Amino acid sequence: MKKKNLIINKRMRYSQAILVISSIFALLALSILFLILGTLFYKGFHALGLNIFLKDTASPWENGGLRNVIIGQLILSFGALLIGMPLGVLGGTYLREYAKNPRLANIIRNINDVMMATPSIVIATFIYAVIVVPMGHFSGWAGIIALSIIMLPIILKTTDDMLSLVPDSLREASMALGSPKYKTILNVVYRGAKTGILTGILLAFSRITGEVAPLLFTSLNSAFFTFNLNQPFPSLTITMFQYASSPYKEWQELGFGGAFLLALFILGINITIKIILHKNKGKK
Amino acid sequence: MSKFIIREKLFFHAGRIFAFLCLAILLGIFIVLLIQSLPAIKNFGFSFILSSQWSPNQEKFGGLSAIYGSLMGTILAMIFAIPLSLGISIFLNEICPKRLKNIIGSSIDLLAAIPSIVYGMWGLFYLTPVIGKIFGGMGLGILSASIILSIMILPIMSAITRDCMQTTPDILKESAYALGATKSEVIKDVIIPYVKIGIIGGIILSLGRALGETMAVTFVIGNSHKIATSLLTPATNIPATLANEFAEADSEIYYSSLFYLALILFCLSFLIIATAKFYLMKKIQQNHQGKK
Repeated sequence: MKKKNLIINKRMRYSQAILVISSIFALLALSILFLILGTLFYKGFHALGLNIFLKDTASPWENGGLRNVIIGQLILSFGALLIGMPLGVLGGTYLREYAKNPRLANIIRNINDVMMATPSIVIATFIYAVIVVPMGHFSGWAGIIALSIIMLPIILKTTDDMLSLVPDSLREASMALGSPKYKTILNVVYRGAKTGILTGILLAFSRITGEVAPLLFTSLNSAFFTFNLNQPFPSLTITMFQYASSPYKEWQELGFGGAFLLALFILGINITIKIILHKNKGKK
Repeated sequence: MSKFIIREKLFFHAGRIFAFLCLAILLGIFIVLLIQSLPAIKNFGFSFILSSQWSPNQEKFGGLSAIYGSLMGTILAMIFAIPLSLGISIFLNEICPKRLKNIIGSSIDLLAAIPSIVYGMWGLFYLTPVIGKIFGGMGLGILSASIILSIMILPIMSAITRDCMQTTPDILKESAYALGATKSEVIKDVIIPYVKIGIIGGIILSLGRALGETMAVTFVIGNSHKIATSLLTPATNIPATLANEFAEADSEIYYSSLFYLALILFCLSFLIIATAKFYLMKKIQQNHQGKK
């Protein structure tokens, strides 16, 4: 009897040890993550001032801001969104609604997944060879195209997945009323998959907003306030990269200010996604 | 009616073109990288992969140090991240009180969205000084890079692992408890075998991410083209080399060598994803058949 108890005790103790270890790992990981966020917010909040939004980038002793690069980054991201969104949504629609050969559709799906995992710096070198070299100089367009290539597979995949969740009976009902296929898709299928597709688009948008590598040899950076996409184009993330690796204290601080703003923006998008999904869940 | 037909055709063909665009871009990337790296391939051939000499002045290039740095950093990052993310998922699913679970789970999801450059900056300003103080030196090197990488992939990996673990049917766990299993035995013998495929999928996904990650590593790896004998000496990897030297390259063979590196990175990530898909698809199919 006593021996049996010993075995049970041993197993219990072993189990507890495992649980304690995994709790320690979890707490360690969580505290590292929140430490990073904490320092970022602390440093970034201190660097934040009206200057950042009102002045353009300048040399470290001139007390500059980040106005031009923030606007530049927004233009690059929204430009990529304008290209990537219709391409991805229509491509995904084709795969789910029109593709007659399921084998071919599956090949495209797999290729799409590979594209999603392709390192962004490889895409940057590709755009460099295809667009920047023939044009002869870095340009905002090249940056936008590089970002939209990163965006495309994410939107395509979520559209494809979300359309598959719309029940066939809806499509059949609409077709039976005599509406052509494209109208069925536009008015019935898209309506059913609206939130899912929107989530995918926002996710892709938040992903490209923080990207640096694809901009390094495509749009590069510019110290001026410009809307001319035919020239090197200002971007916040590349400026952060340059400022953080510079030896000047002023620039490093501005870099943290930028990092704070960027993180806040991207967190904002992701919280919006969560709220949308949560609301949708409530309806069902 | 003809208006409808025209629109229908327009919709159909636009969709088809865009769907095949992915295929075209991927093929295009491969072809362009191959063409651009041809001079280097002709010049150095396969020995490019085996040589670690990287001297732009003498126009001699070898990618071994960068490839070594990439593989070493990624493997180390996985070694750090896998137990931590398993710990997080076990903690959230089995130990954590329900109320905290949602909050912590959602905040981990949000952390996955923080851009890599932010992690890189943190690594440069806060991690490398600490590493330098503990082990001596500047703190720049593969060790710092792999720590930053593991922190970066941690949110993604643990989110996937946690979601997988949640799918374990309660009835399986309950029957194991009813037989007198302890919590750790349930985790080890019921939950982990049940979600194994999902966990491996998550690991491979983050492996691909870690391999291609550029900015976070560029900050802390130190950028030296010597094969790092120690994890604490400055080293380099493929993405960091590309990020640092692409704009400086002044000769054709220099450019072409960089494209060669990009091609190698592209093929590596392609291989990882392809194996993952192939392996997982097979396993999932087997599972389906087994259940039938």
